[in-house]
Amino acid sequence: MKPYLKQSAIWGFVVLELIFFSVAGEFLSLSDKAFMDLDNMLLLFKQSAPIGIIALGMTVVMINGNIDLSVGAIFALCAIIMLDSMKWPIFAGLGDWVILVGWLLALATGMLLGLINGLIVWKTGVDAFIVTLGSMLGYRGLVFMYNGENPTSNLNWTMVDIAEADILGIETPTIVFVICTILVWLLMTRTVHGRNAYAIGDNREAAVNAGIRVGPHMVWNFVLIGFLAALSAVVFYSASGSVNPNDGTLYELWVITAVVLGGTKLTGGSGSVIATFGGVIAIQLLRKGLGHIGADTAMVNLVIGLILIAVLFLDRQLNRKGKEELRT
Amino acid sequence: MTDIPALRLQDIVKTFPGVRALDGVSFQVMPGEVHALLGENGAGKSTLMKVLGGIHQPDEGKIFIAEQPAVMKSPLDAKSKGVVFIHQELSLADELLAAENIYLGELPRKSFGRVDWKTLYEKSDAILARLKCSFDSRKLVGDLSIANKQMVEIARALTVDAKAVIFDEPTASLTDAEKVVLFDVINDLRSDGVGVVYISHRMDEIFTISDKISVLRDGSYRGSLVTVDTDEDEVTKLMIGRSLDSENPIVPAKKGPIALEVQGLSCGDLFQNVSFKVHEGEVVGFYGLVGAGRTEIAETLFGLRAPSAGKILLEGKEVKIASPIEAIAHGISLVPEDRKGQGLVLGMNCKDNMTLPQISDLTAGPFVSDGAEVAIFDQYRDRLQIKTPGWRQKVGNLSGGNQQKIVIGKWLSMAPKVLIVDEPTRGIDVGSKAEIHNLIRDLASQGYAVIVISSEMPEVLRVSDRVVAMFHGEIIREFTVDEVNEDNLVQAISGIRTTKVA
Repeated sequence: MKPYLKQSAIWGFVVLELIFFSVAGEFLSLSDKAFMDLDNMLLLFKQSAPIGIIALGMTVVMINGNIDLSVGAIFALCAIIMLDSMKWPIFAGLGDWVILVGWLLALATGMLLGLINGLIVWKTGVDAFIVTLGSMLGYRGLVFMYNGENPTSNLNWTMVDIAEADILGIETPTIVFVICTILVWLLMTRTVHGRNAYAIGDNREAAVNAGIRVGPHMVWNFVLIGFLAALSAVVFYSASGSVNPNDGTLYELWVITAVVLGGTKLTGGSGSVIATFGGVIAIQLLRKGLGHIGADTAMVNLVIGLILIAVLFLDRQLNRKGKEELRT
Repeated sequence: MTDIPALRLQDIVKTFPGVRALDGVSFQVMPGEVHALLGENGAGKSTLMKVLGGIHQPDEGKIFIAEQPAVMKSPLDAKSKGVVFIHQELSLADELLAAENIYLGELPRKSFGRVDWKTLYEKSDAILARLKCSFDSRKLVGDLSIANKQMVEIARALTVDAKAVIFDEPTASLTDAEKVVLFDVINDLRSDGVGVVYISHRMDEIFTISDKISVLRDGSYRGSLVTVDTDEDEVTKLMIGRSLDSENPIVPAKKGPIALEVQGLSCGDLFQNVSFKVHEGEVVGFYGLVGAGRTEIAETLFGLRAPSAGKILLEGKEVKIASPIEAIAHGISLVPEDRKGQGLVLGMNCKDNMTLPQISDLTAGPFVSDGAEVAIFDQYRDRLQIKTPGWRQKVGNLSGGNQQKIVIGKWLSMAPKVLIVDEPTRGIDVGSKAEIHNLIRDLASQGYAVIVISSEMPEVLRVSDRVVAMFHGEIIREFTVDEVNEDNLVQAISGIRTTKVA
């Protein structure tokens, strides 16, 4: 039981949330609908997608021993590029193909911004926390330079249709999120790149001594998270069609919260993509659940904060190395 | 001297879930006695010390200080009762002064919490003088040598009226010359009537310094011996419960062609104008003080450092080695000195560590092939007799000897020509040492060119066909196995040049 609990503490937590909100909902909820209603759950997955897709990338970067604080800004900038580029005169006459161009430009922008982060981290040796703190401010600056305080809008109904299409009731954002989870999970568990990323995060020196090219692996992971931040923007703004320059602010913290809740270590070398998926779901459940029983947003934030600390404390208790640890 | 033990442990029992770590251990040290405590890794030494230091509370049993029962609540509490520890790993703050480190946590104070610097320096200097240290207490600890840092650590122990001082592997990072200074300090403590507990793996030290030897095995006390009446064999038997695996006698290697030749290699201030050759089927030992440049030569050959001058020739052809990747491609492997820090990824399992340098060649489609990896792991587990429950075992849970074999296996699987082993048995218990030494000899007889760097003279003498003595970044002398002995080796590494006997 205990080793199972250790590996999947987050799923236990998800189940607990489901039970709690289902039961509490019976007494406290103003609506007649059950909490675990199918539509409600499908909506939950869809709403998790924007943060979730980025969190997959953050898991990879954190396993690798780095962190990326600029994802919120990349998210916003890519959204602007996507919506605005579709109005550029050079693309006039492409018809609905302009949607594809917008998407590809947005994804390329995300990868480019990630590449810049990665190259700076690699070539300067400055800590990723500092580098991406800088690029977070810098990229956000670009967002405001683009269109000032004004929103950038472009509502294209074909695009909205694609973004809100569904297969058996499962909508595009959910499908993208799940497929990405599977692909990133395969990347991290089964490929050379994934294995080396774990090794670098766990013991960088040993990785260097084993002839692993540490720098390129790190850069690729920054490119990956840039790509995923852009993909998240593509999925979300294809439906909404309008981006404010402040969109995506604090996303980095929500993303990190989800990843850490899933058990990935800030120090690198350890973590799981599937557990991050669980972390994302757990946070969204908490938000929806608290809303369901009538708590307001301020309350939700307070509770999530407390639970984050509680879950990590529990994780520490379960995973303590014997009883050998020093009392501090 | 009195008959009252400075420190006495009686029937200490400590169990952890699933393990009886200490099973009724009794142990005592008299004032003015140096009592060596021996045991293999996992024998219970560290648990015993943690009980003594208040980190663990014993399930049963009592601790007496000068026959007064004592309960240790924490290391600080133990210290206030006169039981102090000198740890293997230095726990000093490099950015603080020696004096601040010595009184860390108990700085003398004036009103409003201000530090009483005058008293602090006076008291610290007095302790350093007692230890016959040449530096004063206003020096930044980060600027001190390892040996002097250790003195600061010892000084820290002497801020109280110590009844018993416990040295836990104090010489792990000291050179032979620095050990002599440490032993002087221990002798001074002894003549001051302090009880000294000395924990070490190294037999030669124990026989140099101790009065009595007590042995732990599998968590229980296996007896005490008076040092002058016993010998290494008897102690070893008590420790591992059997006689040591015999060391294979050195079969002079069948020298093959020259595998590696280094000509006039220099790297800044670290080493200068170093030239040597290593043949296939030969073990060349590098001996010298810490800081003599041995590890740095290895790092240069492995591409971790850029040489400032000189040539490296592999099988007669000059090569440039700019990174470990290139070194590996040329067939040079390095088993680094800090196994956990530089050699292993502790969070990964045995198999993953073993195949780390070559997984990009073990793919099936886009994915790493588990089967190919396990095949390699099995092959080297059998060949090196690595004891592990299976490849899924986290490498951090293995004993030091088996961890070292994983690192060696990792490189053998890359089919190297030159294998550099830096401190092959650091932190490995006596039972496994012989095994590693035999393994190194075997590798040479299989035709590998092996370089062994070691700070332990017996080890160098045991495994090498030739010994290179280094001092201050230079090769002082090269010995063949017939020429070398402890005396001329000590002379050489102290910088005394002797003309080579023709």
